[in-house]
Amino acid sequence: MQRNSVNYILAFCAGICLVCSVIVSSTAVGLKEQQDANKVLDRQKKVLSVAGLMAEGEVLTADDVAQRFETRIKSVVVDLATGKVDESIDPSTFDQLKAQKDPATSKAAEKNRAGVSRIPNKALVYQVSQGTIGADGSGFSLEQYIFPVEGKGLWSTLYGFIALAPDCNEIKGLTFYAHKETPGLGGEVDNPKWKKSWKGKLAFGPAGADPASWAKTKVEVVKVKSDKDHHIDALSGATITGNGVTHLLRFWLGEAGFGPYIQSVAVRPS
Amino acid sequence: MAVSRKSVLLDPLIENNPIGLQVLGICSALAVTTKMETAAVMSIAVIAVMGLSNLSISILREFIPPSIRIIVQLTIIASLVIVTDQVLQAFLFETSKQLSVFVGLIITNCIVMGRAEAFAMQNGPLDSLIDGIGNGLGYGLVLFLVGFFRELFGSGTLFGSQILPLASEGGWYQPNGLMVLSPAAFFLIAGFIWFVRTIRPDQVTED
Repeated sequence: MQRNSVNYILAFCAGICLVCSVIVSSTAVGLKEQQDANKVLDRQKKVLSVAGLMAEGEVLTADDVAQRFETRIKSVVVDLATGKVDESIDPSTFDQLKAQKDPATSKAAEKNRAGVSRIPNKALVYQVSQGTIGADGSGFSLEQYIFPVEGKGLWSTLYGFIALAPDCNEIKGLTFYAHKETPGLGGEVDNPKWKKSWKGKLAFGPAGADPASWAKTKVEVVKVKSDKDHHIDALSGATITGNGVTHLLRFWLGEAGFGPYIQSVAVRPS
Repeated sequence: MAVSRKSVLLDPLIENNPIGLQVLGICSALAVTTKMETAAVMSIAVIAVMGLSNLSISILREFIPPSIRIIVQLTIIASLVIVTDQVLQAFLFETSKQLSVFVGLIITNCIVMGRAEAFAMQNGPLDSLIDGIGNGLGYGLVLFLVGFFRELFGSGTLFGSQILPLASEGGWYQPNGLMVLSPAAFFLIAGFIWFVRTIRPDQVTED
């Protein structure tokens, strides 16, 4: 058959498309398990690192990560509207990102500066224990809470975790595990030195204040620091990313996010 | 064969560098060269894609209908790029997160299609494979050079380990902020082209 005949061209196209699609789909399916495992591992690593259970630059095997995660961290699913822990859902199989997309388990968010379009009804909270937790849940003593947060930066949605002390006011750490900000500018949210500057800042009111008196989230990324308790030095060249971080924290620690839960668990001054 | 295999492999490094002489593939060279690690992984990905795309296109060259050859080349290249991206996500997760969209954008890298059209369509599979790898190496060489200067002077590190102690950490080196921005890659690539054309005046184009 002639190479320029219509039939030959159509047959050739069909053939090449078939071969290419088989190659592409078999790679995607074949490697899916490994990729999903990587994502779970990456998430657990970030939780460990924001909890201070994994040093910066420490190399751990997958088993080590899973083992540390199990013995030091208790996950609970929280109903965001009521602030109550929902015991009926198993946290180990709960997929918050999926729940957030499903209209049955989420609702549309009011217009907000964090760029969040849907809020899940239930969300994960990690409780970090000071000591090792036994298989039966014994030995748990609360050291810090870890909340998942997300919001728009300049180019992308930033996904991360914030760790708060049991008083829910003192910040223990902030880490983003997925974002597509400009490397070297907004991407510096991953910079260990910048992340360290969050430690010890206060998310809400002054230290020791009654949680009931917290009006709103006060922690902020600013260019000129005037409030040493609540202000974080901005990253140069990354104004929009920095503002995004401020807004996403305000959103998720606020009324629409974990606010009700935080109010119910925050340690009140006696 | 008039040209030896060795020159097919080595010519694209300096003599006929895809970035230096042909000035192709500039965009990705700007994006992935702030760190050596990403530059290295990107180079390997491009070498793999170019080698395999040249090889498969060369095998098929007698059968590809001339009227739709470009779209056939693109289909093959795109498939290979997706496969590469999937492999990176499975085995080099951290780096693939940093490279993000730029692995996918190898599809649009003019070097890959340029070599497929200019070389693989006319030459045998083995020569084409070598040509693909050679051009990938030429691209990688420039990425490495640019990445080396950008990471060293921009962050004071090489492959993530501190070489120049930063002033902000009590050292003496004040990092050059321009180096981590895209224009720095332009300046460095221009410097590279200038250097090569100074020692090889035959590459200078007539006005």
